[in-house]
Amino acid sequence: MTVEDEAIFSQSGKTRITLHVNNTARTLDVEPRVSLLDALREYLGLTGTKKGCNQGACGACTVLCNGERTLSCLALAVQYEGSEITTIEGLGSEGRLHPLQAAFVEQDGFQCGYCTPGQICSAIGMIEEFRTGLPSAITPDVATEVLEFSDEEINERMSGNLCRCGAYIGIRAAIRQAFGSELSR
Amino acid sequence: MRNFSYSRAATSQEALTLIGTIPNAKFLGGGTNLVDLMRENIEQPDALIDVTRLPSAGIAESATGGVSIAAGVKNTAVANHHLIRQRYPVLSQAILFGASGQIRNMATVGGNIMQRTRCYYFYDQSAKCNKRNPGSGCDAIDGFNRIHAILGGSEQCIATHPSDMCVALAALDAMVRINGPGGERAIPLNEFHCLPGDTPHVESLLKPNELIASIELPSLPFARQSLYRKVRDRASYAFALVSIAAALEIENGRIRNVRVALGGVAPKPWRAYEAENVLSGAQADLELFRRAADAELSHARGFRHNNFKIELAKRTMASVLSELAGDNQ
Repeated sequence: MTVEDEAIFSQSGKTRITLHVNNTARTLDVEPRVSLLDALREYLGLTGTKKGCNQGACGACTVLCNGERTLSCLALAVQYEGSEITTIEGLGSEGRLHPLQAAFVEQDGFQCGYCTPGQICSAIGMIEEFRTGLPSAITPDVATEVLEFSDEEINERMSGNLCRCGAYIGIRAAIRQAFGSELSR
Repeated sequence: MRNFSYSRAATSQEALTLIGTIPNAKFLGGGTNLVDLMRENIEQPDALIDVTRLPSAGIAESATGGVSIAAGVKNTAVANHHLIRQRYPVLSQAILFGASGQIRNMATVGGNIMQRTRCYYFYDQSAKCNKRNPGSGCDAIDGFNRIHAILGGSEQCIATHPSDMCVALAALDAMVRINGPGGERAIPLNEFHCLPGDTPHVESLLKPNELIASIELPSLPFARQSLYRKVRDRASYAFALVSIAAALEIENGRIRNVRVALGGVAPKPWRAYEAENVLSGAQADLELFRRAADAELSHARGFRHNNFKIELAKRTMASVLSELAGDNQ
């Protein structure tokens, strides 16, 4: 039986799966109940992604799956075989920060830092959604082809990421610094 | 979370075969509700059958001029599709008013329809809940019932259906297409979900061995003039206290076509037929809109913490209709 076949018909025991994380194929043995979040943190040692509420309410566990922001706590790892997963570790490296990471530093986009990896992954996914023309709940006309990169739009689109330190103004400023010149008209 | 087995269905037929042969199995869509409920031990399936990789027709114009949406399409993709944004803006809006960007990327259309209530007592294993444990009682009726139903509830259950998307689908007269061992069938969305009555654990007409295949939106040209409004305890990422989906067409000052549905107030997406009866053919003005809202809410029953929702629903409905009417009132 190939690895692929085992994943398709796993019994309650452990299943061998291959996850593509930060451009590297990683093979691991997990039970079907293991979340993508736990697979990343506990099995692969990628502890940059944080466990906040573990129930889909806070956004701290946000990672990118095929470029789409995803809550890794509500994702079963077995379901994400074949997806390209990007975590905070895959965005920059020491001494070579992603432009949004640099902007978070410059704009005081955090205090304790616990929500920050999720905020940054979420913002990168959010920007991709904006580039595809996805409207938001506050976009006056959902049929419009002209989106405004306003503070209100950023607030609405980032509402799935909570920051208990209340660094929202800095977070918004960091997103503006990193992407504002491209997206503002 | 209890452990379970996991299977990935390659085709709809395979999914139906698996659900028919594996005991105590459930279909898995995006998992945003089911995984959470499993972690809380509210749902305890022995097996999950992943139906997110079935061949999909996506979103396409149907032969009758409507639009068909495959059940596995993600909520974000529906909200962003040009056919939905242009022809059924109320559906795009309703989806975008629900959950968060991350959850909308994960959640499927079929899963959104099948999601369970967010009643606190349903989630609390130590509480009485006729939906979770039939016959045990309902702690919501005399408890903290701010988010609970004012329409369609029973002495057994006043939980609300939490979906925003379904409120728009109710207003649009969507059909739910279903695959089962006996072949295909279709149920109007407005009949798909059940009122609790004496059996609040029965939430829909979908049988355990059936799979939602797609949603069909009928051709509804006047739905280009449609609107979703959601009133909630914070400005974003919260469930509705009251929401309204409406579409309106006015000709020579009179209402030619109207559709209204309410969310956050009932155990199912609540189509406002009584309001529509008052509105149809009548002279469009704010007084009429208020009278229609009064008619719809005349059977409402408020509880200690949600009585305010009756007046809130009336005002929200009248306000949305007035906004849609614009200068034609």
